[in-house]
Amino acid sequence: MEKERVIVTENLSKRYGDFTAVHNLSLEIGRGEIFGLLGPNGAGKTTTILMLLGLTEPTGGRVEVLGFDPTREPLQVKSAVGYLPERVGFYDHLTGKENLLYLAALNNLSKEEATARMERLGAQVGLSEALERKVGEYSHGMRQRLGLASCLLKSPSVIILDEPTIGIDPKGTRELLELITSLKETGMTVLLSSHLLQQVQQICDRVAIFVRGRVVAEGPIETLGRQVMADQPFVIEVQCLEGNGRLQEYLPGLDGIDACEEVEGKLLLTCSEDKRVEIAAAVYRLGLSLMHLRLRGYDLEDIYQKYFKEA
Amino acid sequence: MAAEALKILGKVKAKAGGLVLRPWGSAPGRAAGSRALWTIVHKELGDHFTSFRFYIMFLLIGITCVAAVYTAAMTIRGTVAALPELDFVFLWLFTTSGNELPPFTSFIGFLAPLLGIALGFDAINHEQNRGTLSFVLAQPVHRDALINGKFLAALLTISLLLAALYLLIGGLGLVLIGVPPLTEEVLRIFFYLLLTMVYVAFWLSVAVLCSILFRQPATSALACIGLWLFFNIFYPLLAGLLTNALVPLAADATTLEQLRHQQLQTVLLRFSPTTLYFEASGMLLAPYQRVLGPVLREQLEGAIHGALPFGQSLALIWPHFVGLFALTLAVFAVSYVIFMRREIRAF
Repeated sequence: MEKERVIVTENLSKRYGDFTAVHNLSLEIGRGEIFGLLGPNGAGKTTTILMLLGLTEPTGGRVEVLGFDPTREPLQVKSAVGYLPERVGFYDHLTGKENLLYLAALNNLSKEEATARMERLGAQVGLSEALERKVGEYSHGMRQRLGLASCLLKSPSVIILDEPTIGIDPKGTRELLELITSLKETGMTVLLSSHLLQQVQQICDRVAIFVRGRVVAEGPIETLGRQVMADQPFVIEVQCLEGNGRLQEYLPGLDGIDACEEVEGKLLLTCSEDKRVEIAAAVYRLGLSLMHLRLRGYDLEDIYQKYFKEA
Repeated sequence: MAAEALKILGKVKAKAGGLVLRPWGSAPGRAAGSRALWTIVHKELGDHFTSFRFYIMFLLIGITCVAAVYTAAMTIRGTVAALPELDFVFLWLFTTSGNELPPFTSFIGFLAPLLGIALGFDAINHEQNRGTLSFVLAQPVHRDALINGKFLAALLTISLLLAALYLLIGGLGLVLIGVPPLTEEVLRIFFYLLLTMVYVAFWLSVAVLCSILFRQPATSALACIGLWLFFNIFYPLLAGLLTNALVPLAADATTLEQLRHQQLQTVLLRFSPTTLYFEASGMLLAPYQRVLGPVLREQLEGAIHGALPFGQSLALIWPHFVGLFALTLAVFAVSYVIFMRREIRAF
């Protein structure tokens, strides 16, 4: 990879007794990327994040964040990495501003610098006025925004967001995702963990699908399907306006189509290669109107379903 | 024992710093770490001084102690003329009382641990339960800065409270009995204050340990209170029972047997920090007391009547002082070891 590598893990493992939470994880995340860790709950996403921050020790393997080992040089890592935990905690008896000021002091920022940044961030996350109120009175969405502001306060070069959109309404989610995308333009590296496929698909450059502590697929979203479904036969869904009867008689005669069955109004064709062009031509030749044609297994959704069912 | 505890502490630091040879980490890390420590102390102090818990403890201890000293002063005023010895009257404020109330020393010895427990029992677990632990530890802050900061802030709060209380009582005593304290009395009272601080620090470290061990603050508080009751009430009974079992005393026991019985009981009792504290505070505030434990007739033979100089009283209780200090460090070191390697989850 020609890009500077910001987060590197090599055969990273974490075991709790007999249970392996993370198994031989090897990842490389470059500068300025939005990287998605996608997986069901309990897949080991949070454990991986904790190891990246030195909040728990790996049982095996190596981690490097910005060239530092989080276990041995935690301060160097933590001063450059912003972390938004799944359930972000603040001191409820303090105002949003006081919480951020405490945080800034822990990051060795001067009070003037902290106040300036706070005003800018408050506007950016849409909390300007609310900063004067006690965090105990905040809604969940506001806490999450404050969480993001607290991540950005130290001007990090990497931010790690663990399930950032949980419990936020659709509007808030959209705004949050837009904000994350805008961070990319400043050259920030974002690691996003989520079990929500759509969001990951929407904003991430690269994705790793995480199931039971193992990465089952990793790469840019477009190539992910092929990678995972490499050994699988092609399954094509097709549906016509006039019904599928004639098509079902005609298609199995074509070269490369091994099986054909009708499920829930759609024909499922098992092929040895991608036959979508031929199928479309056949539909045209028969004078039918094509309603639906899709190569199954190449969408993130299919992959997700496949692996999540296993998990 | 103290030296050993320090050694352990050093080792833990080295471990926490990974394989880095300098146990405190690299130079810039160290500077940032110590600044973070004071930031945490500052915030914690603010929290303590605005908490209800602090005012409740202050009222509880303040009222009982002032009442104790007031009755003591009344008793002193009533009986002082009839007494043969007139020196160290000021110290009596702390050690005597009327018929209604126990003396100040008993009150403080009994209640002060509660102060340590109140300020420490939810130090870590509360932060963990509301998710602020990972919020703080995701910042460039060493883990020990958090635990040290919490301990230091609570200790400072306690020290301030105790110092204020002792001064208040000193002032009250001056007004009530009208006898100014001698330099030696001031010294004795100062060391008594120090001793009390160390004793409370011990209970604070126990409370912090419980707050690391138990996830629920209620469980942690209960464990601390249980331990406090154990040392204050049950341990002396237990020590007595154990002594009776090990060295049974017949009705016609010889003096030697009685002495062995007594010595064993003393040894057993001194395993308790509470015993250490009460023995030491008694010695500091009663200059005429010369021996800890049983006095033999031979020891009194030829002895000159009079008070022990302060240095000698201090020498007698120095092991107690060091023992309490070492216990505090040992308990703190255990908390340290557990907390340093603990996984910090956000919930």
